[in-house]
Amino acid sequence: MTRPLAQPEANEPLPTRPAIRIRDLNRCFRDLIAVDGVSVEIAHGEFFVIVGPSGCGKTTLLRILAGLDSATSGTIEIETPNSQRPVNSMIFQGDSIFPWMTVWDNAAYGLRMRKVPAATIKDVVGHYLARTGLTRFANYYPHQLSGGMRQRVSIARAFANDPEILLMDEPFSALDAQNRLLLQEELLRIWEEHKKTVVFITHSVDEAVFLGDRIMIMTAQPGKLKSLVPVPLARPRSIMDLQKTPQYGELIAGIWSSLREEVRRARAQEEDMTS
Amino acid sequence: MTVQTISTSSRASPKMSARTRDRLLNVISPLALLILWELCARFDVIDTRFFPAPSAVLSTAVEMLQSGELVTHTVVSMQRLVYGTVLGGVPALVLGIVMGLNRTIRALFEPLVAATYPVPKSAILPLALLIFGLGEASKVFMVAIGVFFPVVINATTGVLEINKIYLDVGRNYQASRWNTFWTIALPGALPVIMTGFKLGIGIGLVLIAVAEMVAAKSGLGYLIWSAWSTFAVEQMYVGLFVIAIIGFLITLVLNELERFIIPWKTE
Repeated sequence: MTRPLAQPEANEPLPTRPAIRIRDLNRCFRDLIAVDGVSVEIAHGEFFVIVGPSGCGKTTLLRILAGLDSATSGTIEIETPNSQRPVNSMIFQGDSIFPWMTVWDNAAYGLRMRKVPAATIKDVVGHYLARTGLTRFANYYPHQLSGGMRQRVSIARAFANDPEILLMDEPFSALDAQNRLLLQEELLRIWEEHKKTVVFITHSVDEAVFLGDRIMIMTAQPGKLKSLVPVPLARPRSIMDLQKTPQYGELIAGIWSSLREEVRRARAQEEDMTS
Repeated sequence: MTVQTISTSSRASPKMSARTRDRLLNVISPLALLILWELCARFDVIDTRFFPAPSAVLSTAVEMLQSGELVTHTVVSMQRLVYGTVLGGVPALVLGIVMGLNRTIRALFEPLVAATYPVPKSAILPLALLIFGLGEASKVFMVAIGVFFPVVINATTGVLEINKIYLDVGRNYQASRWNTFWTIALPGALPVIMTGFKLGIGIGLVLIAVAEMVAAKSGLGYLIWSAWSTFAVEQMYVGLFVIAIIGFLITLVLNELERFIIPWKTE
């Protein structure tokens, strides 16, 4: 038996004031509608996960949030109580750390660009390299590291920059299953230090349930908000414990049944395009 | 029942690694040519008025070294080459990277580069002499123009080939224009830019020899030319050999330099 999923209308008022307010957001590329009227509020300190079939516009949505792309219409408000802080830092999909910089220089990049005092950079970068287990590799170049370690550098770079919100675009999709599990747990551990607002994109339902406070399911193209699912699992979470709780399995089953329709529709669209 | 034995020892002889073998072969071929040449000259198979024996060229080189003549000409040519490389390479580097980063500037300058690039650089020499006179400036200018084009073209290509994700990272982490240039565009394009410099310096070497033949009273080009006019064939060969050696050494130095300034480049 699966629990009924919350509908968009049931978007209850958030327990705290929202950190991000997205209103009626649209993004078109010529005749293609990538994001279609998405409205959602994300709370301070919330780990917000977006799942959807490939090509549903979730990356576009994240890039608009990051300021790397602009909306066709609609608004995004991000609350910035501290003007010293950068608004967002993104962890990109795939290799995004600079091959020409050492691990240390990569992790320090955001702070250096903002001209943070050297002593602070030393402390902060040292802290996050330790948290990501990279202290020994500070002077290594990316090509000397494994894919999992490179993605750790990317995580350290984003956290060290100390932004208002963290954006993550399928950061673990290029990793093997074992490394992915380890990095998910490490990410949660680091996140729980400060509980920053996170918007995380994935196509993996397991990952969404394991990491998220709330999951937004998107429809196949044009990308609309299909439903919002709260994840009432206690933190700190461990994958071993979660897999023993029936609630975890129910959540995954529920989300998957909703997502499956969309994946099927996306596939049908693709087949139409090719035929 | 048959048992198949698979030999575990490698078939290649373990006496010499492939690398040492290659190096040995690299030395053998020029050496063999010199020996053949020497023998042909001694036994009058070739006309020594045109092809003097390597030993004769060597003894002339020693004489010219002792008189200081060879060193002076070599130093003069090298100076022109270095000044020209800097004066042509640095502006080309900056312009090329900016063209790679900025669409507007690329649209403005691309046709200019494309239109002037195919002009044979040696054909500009009379114009350079007209503008800069017979002094050092015209020679340095010729090298500069030879270095400029390959560097500007490679710098633009190098920046355009940088994975877009790195520029997104720069924007997301609030890199200023200045920092985008220094921390992303320049290092990202550096491997391609180095190739541009290698090509450019090669062209510069050609142009400096040509310019010195026509319009100089010093330098290796002048040495070769004056050897022709006095029919001092051995001297001419000394000049040619020195230029060849310089070209070879420059390649070695640039390869080392590349390893040093691009430590992230994987073999």
